[in-house]
Amino acid sequence: MNWETVIGLEVHVQLATKTKIFSAASTSFGAEPNTQACAIDLAMPGTLPVLNEQAVHYAIMFGLAIDAEIGKVSVFERKNYFYPDLPKGYQTTQLEKPIVGRGEVAIQLGDGSTKSIRIHHAHLEEDAGKSVHEGNLPYGSSGVDLNRAGTPLIEIVSEPDMRSIEEAVAFAKKLHSIVTSIGICDGEMSQGSMRFDVNVSVRPMGTTELGTRTETKNLNSYKFMEEAIEKEVERQIDLIEDGGTVRQETRLYNGDTKVAKAMRSKEEANDYRYFPCPDLLPVIVSDETIEKLRRALPELPDARQTRFMEQYILSNYDAGVLSSDASTAHFFEIVAANSGNPKIAANWTMGELSAALNNAGLNITDSPVSAELLAGMIVRIADNSISGKMAKQVFEAMWQGEGNADEIIEAKGLQQVSDSGALAKIVADVLEANPAMVEDFIASDENKRKKKLGGFMGQIMKASKGQANPQQVNQILSQKLNELL
Amino acid sequence: MHNYTIAELVKGLQSKKFSSVELTQHFLSRISQFNDQYNAVITVTADQALQAAHLADQRLAAGSAPPLCGVPLLHKDIFCTKGVRTSCGSKMLDNFIPPYNATVVENFEQAGVVMLGKTNMDEFAMGSSNETSFYGPVKNPWATDCVPGGSSGGSAAAVAGRLAPGATATDTGGSIRQPAALCGISGLKPTYGRVSRWGMIAFASSLDQAGPMARTAEDCALLLNCMASFDDKDSTCVDCEIPDYSASLNKSVKGLRIGVPKEYFSEGLHSGTEAAVRTALADLEAQGAELVEISLPNSNLSVPAYYVIAPAEASANLSRFDGVKYGYRCENPKDLQDMYCRTRSEGFGEEVQRRILIGTYCLSAGYYDAYYGKAQQVRQLIEQDFVEAFAKVDLILGPTCPSPAFKFGSKGDDPVAMYLEDIYTIATNLAGLPGMSVPCGMVEGKPVGLQIIGNYFDEARMLNVAHQFQQVTDWHTQMPKGIS
Repeated sequence: MNWETVIGLEVHVQLATKTKIFSAASTSFGAEPNTQACAIDLAMPGTLPVLNEQAVHYAIMFGLAIDAEIGKVSVFERKNYFYPDLPKGYQTTQLEKPIVGRGEVAIQLGDGSTKSIRIHHAHLEEDAGKSVHEGNLPYGSSGVDLNRAGTPLIEIVSEPDMRSIEEAVAFAKKLHSIVTSIGICDGEMSQGSMRFDVNVSVRPMGTTELGTRTETKNLNSYKFMEEAIEKEVERQIDLIEDGGTVRQETRLYNGDTKVAKAMRSKEEANDYRYFPCPDLLPVIVSDETIEKLRRALPELPDARQTRFMEQYILSNYDAGVLSSDASTAHFFEIVAANSGNPKIAANWTMGELSAALNNAGLNITDSPVSAELLAGMIVRIADNSISGKMAKQVFEAMWQGEGNADEIIEAKGLQQVSDSGALAKIVADVLEANPAMVEDFIASDENKRKKKLGGFMGQIMKASKGQANPQQVNQILSQKLNELL
Repeated sequence: MHNYTIAELVKGLQSKKFSSVELTQHFLSRISQFNDQYNAVITVTADQALQAAHLADQRLAAGSAPPLCGVPLLHKDIFCTKGVRTSCGSKMLDNFIPPYNATVVENFEQAGVVMLGKTNMDEFAMGSSNETSFYGPVKNPWATDCVPGGSSGGSAAAVAGRLAPGATATDTGGSIRQPAALCGISGLKPTYGRVSRWGMIAFASSLDQAGPMARTAEDCALLLNCMASFDDKDSTCVDCEIPDYSASLNKSVKGLRIGVPKEYFSEGLHSGTEAAVRTALADLEAQGAELVEISLPNSNLSVPAYYVIAPAEASANLSRFDGVKYGYRCENPKDLQDMYCRTRSEGFGEEVQRRILIGTYCLSAGYYDAYYGKAQQVRQLIEQDFVEAFAKVDLILGPTCPSPAFKFGSKGDDPVAMYLEDIYTIATNLAGLPGMSVPCGMVEGKPVGLQIIGNYFDEARMLNVAHQFQQVTDWHTQMPKGIS
């Protein structure tokens, strides 16, 4: 039987506020355990939450970005459960009246088609802390780090509108693109700034009723999400085809060991006993606030993609890659403007630079080669001072901090030889030194001659220490050989 | 010195009749001498108090000291006090020393008020008799075989027993007014949002409100002047003008319309209490106030609604006491579940556990609508009753509680009988209204309280009427036996 996969996502997005959602403690990542948890975050007796207005504004901005209804009156509720990393014994979150209502997110697929994914709602909530089971702890005990407790999140809940892993990943990437573009999230997946819960079910192709779903929680990369969905779809299909039924349950997937396992069934699920939090007043958002935020909303990725295509004459694909991430887009625009050559700027930003950053595990904002440096090099490529191959050497040197392109070209003597007289001499010398090759070339069929040109090219580039302008050499060489025929 | 009112102490301090150090020493010695009889004070901060008194004397000497500078007070042990154990009457927090002050404590500290120590209370403010405290029951200075009321029983008994001229207290369903009534003192629960809840250990967040206890209405006004403040650390604090509560005490009550709810004089009200309250109403009528019979038709629903809402909120508020971060943790837990279970079973007393269970039940899937949802609807009805009543009258007066102080253990087996102690006080908490109790008579040698309920933020008018009542009566000046 053919099976259809049905996927819905719940995405936790950490908001880029300086302080926590209900306290003045810092939200910055990586501090010593429990140094960024104040009395409120530790749930000390008698402490009270005060809502961070910036978090509310960020949530509204997300709502505006996906053209959703904004909850004019939203209400915080207490979700009650016991866990050591949940200091109050309840999470302050929203349920009945979330800040963001229904909306839509358009995704682009590999075949060029687009699809709209419906957003059920998005709500504001606080993050929990972290349990620590390793490190310098007394035997048999665990630690709790509450630095993250109280970090503001929006949880974005989609409808079960995705039908494949590709769609799920495209959706997740699109959300990443939106929240980083409007500046409400730093997008650092490795630091947990975006985490995914995937709801997966399968059904016979052609049917409309939803199958029983499972929820795999807390995936923090696209790769883990892909793997988890793939494994879960396979597991469900095998189960059903073997005559079994899928149990509604919460599951965990360990991306390091590649092992998925059930955490708890629906029957074992907590009764969270939600009720409105009496310490916080309902959040009332005025039309003026919404309009103010709407006017100040930065350019969204879709609009930017269209602009890139028109302004820089880029392909749909290139424009999509360069516009999806706000920092990449910003970087590219500086390179394009400073170099005056958007096409080469696009190639280098997406190619060499992106690969180097990936290898080094760096973000574009931390790139050792700044946009200005890269643009300086592109100017030299465009004016034929250096070849593409030389540019790679220059780039490598810039990466190592050896200076700007001109300094490096000078220091390394990388100047490309484009003087036709000089080049003609080198070509003539090489032909003269290799009579056998020349004879072989003349004796060859016409269709094989083109290939044989490569041999001469290699010799010539070697003779010129790589500095000959390849296009010019090619021209001169072809001309000289043709004269011999 | 201990028979002076706070108003008199302020005058004495400012005219250098006595120093704050002398005053503080006097009350500290009274606490060490008499506290054994009442068990009203559970922590005495003698060194700190004398130090603060010394500083207060310096401020007084320099002139321009705030009005309450140098006056000693006791704080209910529900208010967090920086560096001083804050137990909330519970084994759970027997070892808890907060690194911060409650806003109420901070306000008094800034004003130069001297903290003598912390008062006993029902565990987590859950109780009407002070029998649920981990530190043992407080005894009523008027009859030491009787309860002082609760949950602010320690504060009430301390003021009645002249261990302090005044004390802070909190009221979630009557916890200021009922012990004030049973101990023959004056106590005021302000409008919800008038006094900051920051640093006040939460029982039921939508109902809790701090207020003053003292022997006279005039003193309550002085204390409220300092307690009331807008605090951006408490989102439910209301930012509206705070009047000088002492300024309007001497206004005449002539022409004032006093509502007398018929539901507050029905079955269950002790005849002696009723007679005392009726006499008090007649006294005010004689001063020119107009008595208007009114109805609060949903009064009978207030106790059941309260005993859903308050435990529901408490069940969540008390979840933080889990043995993980501070407070009590059971010995040698074998795993996480065991640590939670034993920490909470051993750390909380019976009444607290009962309320956590009631609250948890009321919020559970399948029961929420029938209990919590319904109780919230009832709360609206009760609020509406008051809105309609205040369209016709300026204040509402009646008994504070159904009968005078009862004997220890007499309601111990029957939680519902205990809950009915608050039948006249609970509705004001549900509606968020201010309520007050002042002494208005004696029954069987024990005090009776007159309750004054005001409209939102109308504390000044309540204090005015209470003060005028105390100008023509002397119930508030009577002393328990054995105090001279």
